[in-house]
Amino acid sequence: MDYFLELFLGGLTRGSIYALIALGYTMVYGIIELINFAHGEIYMIGAFTGLIVISVLTLLGWNTVAVIVIAALVAMIYSAAYGYTIEKIAYKPLRGSQRLSALISAIGMSLFLQNYVLLAQTSNFLPYPNLIPEFTFVKPIEHIVRSTEIVIYIATALVMVGLTVLIKFTRMGKAMRAVAQDRDMAMLVGVDVNRVISFTFIIGSSIAALGGVLVASHIGQVNYYVGFIAGIKAFVAAVLGGIGSMPGAVLGSLVLGWTESFFTGYISSDYEDVFAFIFLVLILIFRPAGILGRSQTDKV
Amino acid sequence: MLELLDINTFYGNIQALKGVSLEIAEGEIVTLIGANGAGKTTTLMSICGAVPPRSGEIKFEGRAISDMRPNEIVALGISQVPEGRRIFPYLSVAENLDMGAFLRDDREGVKKDVEYIYGLFPILAERRHQAGGTLSGGEQQMLAISRALMARPRMLLLDEPSLGLAPLVVKRIFEIIRKINAENKTTIFLVEQNANLALKVAHRGYVMENGRIIMSDRADQLLTNEDVRKAYLGI
Repeated sequence: MDYFLELFLGGLTRGSIYALIALGYTMVYGIIELINFAHGEIYMIGAFTGLIVISVLTLLGWNTVAVIVIAALVAMIYSAAYGYTIEKIAYKPLRGSQRLSALISAIGMSLFLQNYVLLAQTSNFLPYPNLIPEFTFVKPIEHIVRSTEIVIYIATALVMVGLTVLIKFTRMGKAMRAVAQDRDMAMLVGVDVNRVISFTFIIGSSIAALGGVLVASHIGQVNYYVGFIAGIKAFVAAVLGGIGSMPGAVLGSLVLGWTESFFTGYISSDYEDVFAFIFLVLILIFRPAGILGRSQTDKV
Repeated sequence: MLELLDINTFYGNIQALKGVSLEIAEGEIVTLIGANGAGKTTTLMSICGAVPPRSGEIKFEGRAISDMRPNEIVALGISQVPEGRRIFPYLSVAENLDMGAFLRDDREGVKKDVEYIYGLFPILAERRHQAGGTLSGGEQQMLAISRALMARPRMLLLDEPSLGLAPLVVKRIFEIIRKINAENKTTIFLVEQNANLALKVAHRGYVMENGRIIMSDRADQLLTNEDVRKAYLGI
């Protein structure tokens, strides 16, 4: 039973991490129908930014909780600036051209950012200090779940609640939904579509950066390549849940996280990624729009 | 109020409007009639900024608007009911109306206007929580007009409001168009393929062919004009 619980919570951790990245994919896809392949790199840049801030503030002897909070905030802001800039220079000029062009531009951006960080930092794995405090109430169940994981759950839950409120009740959220459903018409009721698109990139990027800092703290290391695998997995999760749907991204992430966790736990850990992709293939065969996705037939 | 001066609009290399000039005075209902593909919708797209003209000038109350973006033009008081209605399919009826008032800050006024709309079209009040995409064609057209009215426009652009609707529904829609013009003093620019109907509600009309305005006159004059009758009224 303990083993099952451990796998369940481990899956929940993976799922939460995927969700933090998948939300950005799905939001951007919902608004401009682009798979932003550079999104994983935003996550990686967030983790690196966090590491730099942590190193500096730790040297200055700051309190660890303050350090991790400030590091996460700085990483979010810095990555948001990256997301905003990427959209402006790599995607906006291609708006209105074929979708393939923007997709290729996204892949190029992803490779560029990876290699940029490789050159600017190092190709080695850098150790990542875990400054998230050990909660005393976790002590008795330490063998099943760690404090960092609990922080990841809470952060993901807060992000989900925050996004739901944003989308449902704010003016910008309404504008986002309108743009997602009919961009030209949204413009004709007075929505500034460029602002909505920029805003979407900013929000998606800052959530990914938060994920980057938390995951790197959890795993204990980071390098320039971590965004690639995490990004691909989160992309699978977003497609699984129905790309363009935010509840779908979260659900798809959790399903993927649990699938990986249980398969590796009960069958074999050598085929972790294989299970994820077999699952993706099955979903695409039997439910191409994803779990919560809308079929495209009603789109005129 | 609105003035188009010799505008030329292109889709890529294809010229859709060839030196179009027209004028609409405050409080008027003006219609633009013509066959399919004559350039009527393009004229509206040029006015609202979605497909800006390559040359020529568009002035709204003396101010050049040809270089402005669509959302800036809406803010000046020009609202559009586009061809095909373009209801936000997954937003509820109430949310669709709310989107129409996107640029307005006066919550009280918006609330009052929603009530006014529900009085105008009681069916929309009944369906206020239903997703826009589930409405019938006629209901969607009512919603599209209502959404445009929610911006409290001083000028309303209507693109083929009769398209694909049952005759009774069309009659109701045109009554409303006349009412909006009479009661709110909203200026109306109506693009229609159904020339007979359009000329009956309009004060003046323009006839368009192959991207050019070929005729303009008072609506009642056009209704009795031999050429117009032959070409567009099927008589």
